Amino acid sequence: MRTVDPTATETRTPRAPSETVSRLSLVPKGPVLVLAVIVVAGALVSPYFATWSNVLTMLTSASVIGIISVGMTFVIISGGIDLSVGALVALTAVMATTAPVQEGGWVAMIAVALAFGLGAGLVNGLVITHGRIVPFIATLAMLVSARGLAEFISGGTPQTSLDETFNALGSAKLVGIPLPVWVFAAVVAVGWLLLNRTTFGRHTLALGGNLEAARLAGIRIRRHLVILYMLSGLTAAIASVLLTARLTSGSNAVGNLYELDAIAAVIIGGTRLAGGRGTIAGSVFGVLIFTVITNIFVLKNLETDVQNIAKGAIIVAAVLLQRRRAADT
Amino acid sequence: MGPSSDPPDPDKPPLLAVRGLVKHFTGARALDGVDFEVAAGEVHCLLGQNGAGKSTLIKVLAGAHEPDAGALLLDGRPVRVPSPHAALELGIVTIYQELDVVPGLRVYENVFLGHEHARAGWTRRRRMRAATADALRRLGHEEIRPDTELAHLSPASRQVVSLARALSRDARLIIMDEPSAALAGHEVDNLFRVIDDLRSAGLAVVYITHRLAEVRQIGDRVTVLKDGRTVASGLEARTTPDDELVRLMTGRKVGDAFPPRGVIPDDAPEVLRVEGLTRAGEFTDVSFSVRAGEIVGLAGLVGSGRSEILGAVYGATRPDAGEVTLDGRPLGLGDPAVAVRSGLGLAPEERKSQALLLDEAVYRNLSLASLRRYVSAGLIDRDREMADARAAIGSLDVRPAEPLREIRQLSGGNQQKVVVGRWLIRGCRVLLLDEPTRGVDVGARAELYALIRRLAGTGVGILLVSSEIPEVLGLADRVLVVRQGRVIADRAAESADEEQILSLLMKGSAL
Repeated sequence: MRTVDPTATETRTPRAPSETVSRLSLVPKGPVLVLAVIVVAGALVSPYFATWSNVLTMLTSASVIGIISVGMTFVIISGGIDLSVGALVALTAVMATTAPVQEGGWVAMIAVALAFGLGAGLVNGLVITHGRIVPFIATLAMLVSARGLAEFISGGTPQTSLDETFNALGSAKLVGIPLPVWVFAAVVAVGWLLLNRTTFGRHTLALGGNLEAARLAGIRIRRHLVILYMLSGLTAAIASVLLTARLTSGSNAVGNLYELDAIAAVIIGGTRLAGGRGTIAGSVFGVLIFTVITNIFVLKNLETDVQNIAKGAIIVAAVLLQRRRAADT
Repeated sequence: MGPSSDPPDPDKPPLLAVRGLVKHFTGARALDGVDFEVAAGEVHCLLGQNGAGKSTLIKVLAGAHEPDAGALLLDGRPVRVPSPHAALELGIVTIYQELDVVPGLRVYENVFLGHEHARAGWTRRRRMRAATADALRRLGHEEIRPDTELAHLSPASRQVVSLARALSRDARLIIMDEPSAALAGHEVDNLFRVIDDLRSAGLAVVYITHRLAEVRQIGDRVTVLKDGRTVASGLEARTTPDDELVRLMTGRKVGDAFPPRGVIPDDAPEVLRVEGLTRAGEFTDVSFSVRAGEIVGLAGLVGSGRSEILGAVYGATRPDAGEVTLDGRPLGLGDPAVAVRSGLGLAPEERKSQALLLDEAVYRNLSLASLRRYVSAGLIDRDREMADARAAIGSLDVRPAEPLREIRQLSGGNQQKVVVGRWLIRGCRVLLLDEPTRGVDVGARAELYALIRRLAGTGVGILLVSSEIPEVLGLADRVLVVRQGRVIADRAAESADEEQILSLLMKGSAL
C-alpha cells in the first residue's frame, strides 16, 4: 500500500502562497490598470483635469453610484442581481421630501429614506426566498412598482427640500472634502470589513460560490438572502439622501438607469456575474473609471451620446481584459 | 483472452469483439484486460460490482474515452472509436442511465437531435414526425405522440424515445446502462418487450444491470467483470446458477487496508435514533440507531434509497413521516441548519457540487461550518481561524499542506479530507458519510478509512453509505441492507460476508 498520494504533488501550476493571498484580498489589477491609463489620458488632454478641485468634483459625483455599487457587489457575489436600486433612489427621495416628513426635520427625512430602502429590500428578499422568484424578475417588478409609487406619491412633480441642515449634506465640506465623499468612503470601508472580515461576508461568498454546499454546511440561506437585499436597499437609500440633498429636491424621475451603472461598475471591477467571487475595491475602481471618463468628456465639451458609446466600449474592454487574466492564472 | 464460448453462428465473425481492453486513469487501472463478444440478435448482459469497470467500458465503446491498449473489432475488422460521433457512425448507440434527452423539446425533436432532416438549413418537420411515428410503431409504442413535449412523459416513455432515437440512427449495437433502475415493475416488462423486438430484428444489445433476475429474463449470455477484468465471458444467461455469478463478482483481491475495529463499550450511549422514517417514493418505515463510537454502514444499490435516507436524516429533504433523535432529543427535520446546530455533519455524495467552494482556499473550505466561533467584536479572527485550519491540515495529512491553496488544485482524496475536516473542526456528534471514497485513489482511500475509524474512536457516531460492499464490510461495525427503500437486514459487519450481502441486495428486485 502506498502511503504517498501521487496526485497531490502533481497539481497544476503550483502557485506560491503569497500570490494566492494577493489575489484573494487585494484589488484586482485589471481595473487599476484601466483607470491608470484613463487618468494619464485625462491629464494629457486637459490641464484642469489633475487639479485638486476637479478631483473633488469627480469623487463627489462618483459617490452616489459608488455607494449603490457597494450593496450591488454583495448581491452579485451572492449570485443574485438587484435591478430595483435606481427606482429605490427615486422612491426614497420622494418619501423623504413629502410635506409631513419634512416637518419632522432632517432626522425624520433621513430615517424615512432609510426605512423605505430597507423595507423595499425586505420585500425583494421575501419575494425571492419565499416566493421562489428569481432575483432578476423579483427586482424588475420592484423597479416598476417603486417608480410607480414614487410618481403616485409625488404627483409627478419635484418636491423641494426646505430643510437647510438636510440640504447641507449634499454640499457641506469636512476638512476641505465634501460630505458625500466622506460618506462614500465610510460605506466602502464598512462594506470591505463586512465582506472580508465577518461571517456575513464569508457566507455571502459561499452562497454565490456553491449554494448547495452552503446550505449543507448549515448556513441559513433564506435569512441571509433577505438581509442581502435589505443591504442593497439601504445603500440605495443612503445614495438617495445625498443626491436629494445636493439637488435640494426629491423627484420620481431621479436615479434613472442607476442600476445599470452600478452593475457595470461591479462587473468591470472584477466581480463575477455568476457569483462566488468579487471585491469591494474592484467595484470602487469600476465606478471611478466611469466617473473619470465622463469628467474628461465634460472637460472637452463632448456630448453625452459620445460618452455613452465610449462607456459601452469600456465595459467590453474591461471584461475581456479580465478574462485574459483569468485564463493566464 | 478470457474464457469464452462461441457466438451463436460460428461461421460469421461476431458483431462486436472486445480484446484486451486497458484504460488507465491517474492512480488507477479502470480497465485491466476486458474481453467479450457480442453477436447480432443477442442480448448480452454485463455484470459487475461498482468499480468493476462497467462505466469505463461503456465510455470506451461510446467513444467518450480512448483505450490505452486493446482492440475493438466490428464484423471482424478492427475499428477505432475516437469520438461519440464516430461511435454513432459505426452504429453503436449508448443509452445512459441518466437519459440524455431534452425535457423542453418535443418527442420528434429529441429523436432527431443532432441529425435533423433539413433542406437548405430549414428543418423538415413533417418528415421527422413521420419517421418518429414509424420508429415508435416499431417499438410498439404508438401511444407516444411525436409532438408531445418530453417533460410530459414518464421515465419509461422517455426511455422508449431514447430507443427510437437509437433506431433513427440506424443502430446495430445498443448499449443500455442499468435501464431498469428508474422504472416501475410494469414499465420494466414493457422495456423487455421492446428489447425482445430489437433482438428479433437482428440488433445486438449490451445490457448492464445489477439484478440477477433481469439477466435471467432478458439475457442470452453474460459476461462478468471484476476489478477491470473479464472474469468470465459468454456464460449462458438462463442456466448459470446465482451462486456462481455472485461468486465471480465478489472476492476482490485488492488489499484495501481497513483499520482494525475499535471496541465499543457495552454502555456506549445511543447518539442517533431514526424511527419510522418515510418519504413517499424513496424509502418506507426506516428505523435504526447508531451508538457513540460506532460506524454503521448502509449497503444498497443505486436507487435503493440509501442516500435519500441520509439526506432526510440531515434535513436536506423533508421526510413525510418518522422521527430522528440526537442524543435523546428530537431533531427538527427538513433544515440542515438545524441539523448542524444539533450536532450532525454531512460529507455529501457529490463532493464538488454539494460540499466544496471550488474557488476558495483550503482554509476557507475547512472553516465554513464553524465561522461563528472565530468572531470577536463582530470580526473574524483570522489568526485563530488559520491556526485551526493548519491543525486540521496536519492531523488529516492534507497534501500539499498549504491552507491558502485553492481547493480545486487538490486531488480528490485530499479534497475529501478537507470535507471531513470541516466537521472535525466544528465537532459533531454524528457524521454522515455518503460515498466517502468516490473518485479517490487507492492510497488516499486507506488514509480516509483510518481517519474515519479514528473519528469513531473519539466517540463520534458514524453513518456510512457506500455502493462498494467490501468498503461497508471492512469499515463498518454494523451493516444495514437497504432494498427498495426498506431496511431488510441488520448484521454485524465482522460476521457478514460479501456474497451474502450481495445476494440480499440483488434478489427480489423490481421484477
